[in-house]
Amino acid sequence: MTTGNAAGRQESAGGLLHGARRLLVQREVGIFVIAAILFLYFQFANSGFWTQSNLTTLSQTVAPYVIMAVGLVMVMILGEIDLSVGSTFGFAPIVMWLAYADLRLILPIAVAIGLLACAAVGLINGVVHVYFRVPSFVVTLGTFFLLGGLNVILLNGFPQNAPGGTVRQWLGSYPYSEIVWAFILLVLMHLLLRHTRWGMHTFATGGNLLGAREAGIRVNRIRVVNFMIAAALAGFAGILESMRVGSIDPLAGGANTMFLAISAAVIGGTPLAGGVGTMIGAFLGSIVLAELRQGFTLLGVSANTFDVILGVAILILMIFNIYLGTVRERGGFGGFLQARRKGST
Amino acid sequence: MSNTEEVPDVLRAEGIVKQFGSVVALRGVSMHLKKGEVLGIVGDNGAGKSTLMKILTGFHKPTEGKLYLEGEEIELKSVSHAQSLGIQAVYQDLALANDMTVYENMFLNKEITHKFPRFLNKREMKKKTRQYLEDIGVNIPSIDEPIARLSGGQRQAIAVARAVYSANTKILLLDEPLAAMGAKEATMIMDLIQRLREDGEISIIMVDHNYAHIFGICDRVNLIQHGEITYDKPTAETSMEELTDLVVEEYRRARAS
Repeated sequence: MTTGNAAGRQESAGGLLHGARRLLVQREVGIFVIAAILFLYFQFANSGFWTQSNLTTLSQTVAPYVIMAVGLVMVMILGEIDLSVGSTFGFAPIVMWLAYADLRLILPIAVAIGLLACAAVGLINGVVHVYFRVPSFVVTLGTFFLLGGLNVILLNGFPQNAPGGTVRQWLGSYPYSEIVWAFILLVLMHLLLRHTRWGMHTFATGGNLLGAREAGIRVNRIRVVNFMIAAALAGFAGILESMRVGSIDPLAGGANTMFLAISAAVIGGTPLAGGVGTMIGAFLGSIVLAELRQGFTLLGVSANTFDVILGVAILILMIFNIYLGTVRERGGFGGFLQARRKGST
Repeated sequence: MSNTEEVPDVLRAEGIVKQFGSVVALRGVSMHLKKGEVLGIVGDNGAGKSTLMKILTGFHKPTEGKLYLEGEEIELKSVSHAQSLGIQAVYQDLALANDMTVYENMFLNKEITHKFPRFLNKREMKKKTRQYLEDIGVNIPSIDEPIARLSGGQRQAIAVARAVYSANTKILLLDEPLAAMGAKEATMIMDLIQRLREDGEISIIMVDHNYAHIFGICDRVNLIQHGEITYDKPTAETSMEELTDLVVEEYRRARAS
């Protein structure tokens, strides 16, 4: 009788721990907790944080990073990187503007042309990387500078006014249109990654390139197309941003934007090692970055101090995240849960 | 099985040559596999066993030579193409993705999807994975775990199960399928191969260093030396000693010269 009770108690304790473990296994949980804590902290530190206007600004800061980061995740799962997203971000609205203003095309078609141009950049990145075996870091470093320069040349160095009209409102000048796009793309990319063969093949290619090839997966196609996805999404983020701001800026994007988007993906649990990555994590990572920026701005921290804090925050978050990752690999804290699990099966 | 001469060849290779740059890995390999047969291939490291296997799976294209599947000449364009023709393989390196779960690996590049939209049917894949693993008799605690947490033998079992339980498997190529396995797990896989042999539906080529495995399960054995098949006999007509002598003699001769 007593032994039975004890066993029952143990069982429920095991169930709880098992539940905690299941939660940890979800890569996104750690970063979700961080996002929530930051939110509470900034709300306590400054009552202006949870206000309509600040949340609007927050959503507008988050959106472009989400859109860029979910594209980058497709490449980062492959163990590769796309630095050129900083320049495709500026390239897409410029191509769009040229198609709209010079070729006199209607705006939706001009947008499509802008995105296609970015996809072409991704195609070049992917083909040079896959078929010429140039490391993706180097290829995309090249296209980053190339496009950065091209952006300035194409506009003769002067910003232009964004086209007006309903399409522009849909594409970014309504206060919440950007975040709605970000959500739509997040959901689509999550479905692509977790619920389609393409997603599985992306994980397999990133986790074991030779093995994926041996299993008959067309790894070159996976790699090239994922570079195209990353470039097109970065371009789309750039178009939305130009519409919101109302100007086509030859210097839009750049290294800062690119590194923040990569940080969002990495903070969200997509290491650069390959084989692992999550879209929801990239979304939460973007939120954390935006919260830090917005929160410290509200607290009146100067720009220089802000960069220091941001750098420290990224380091701490990464260490924390990687620590959680190790815990996850071991299947629990200190192997205790592992032992219990073995006992239960 | 092996003594019935009328049994047709399911797979035949003629004069297969494979060069990697200036290195000649295979210099004119001719071999055949009868329906329902288990053929063992032995040979030293670097003799060309794995290269031959990779040509038969469509991974490498032969520099010269012809392949015949059920009497018809074929040119394997890719691994997927070979798979669609019913040629499945377990590679030496297993071709598993460590961060992916057991069931995801089991259905790698053979994922089951819903009709529309074509999302993955995870429930069905998990169900079948459990069934396959139970069939083989391998005990894996959770099929939702990443492969990284499993033992070498368990991973090998998954790789073998993946190849065996494909819908249309006609020919199964096993490149050292028992390499990472303990005695118990090896027996499990041997039993599985034995069962497939008794069914007679699937023809098997097995590369193995261990002559005991070869003689335990194969109908016929080929010895591959320096990119050529130098010996071809039913296992019933030869012995481990004879095979060992052949290999050692060749080694001695090479040293003497």
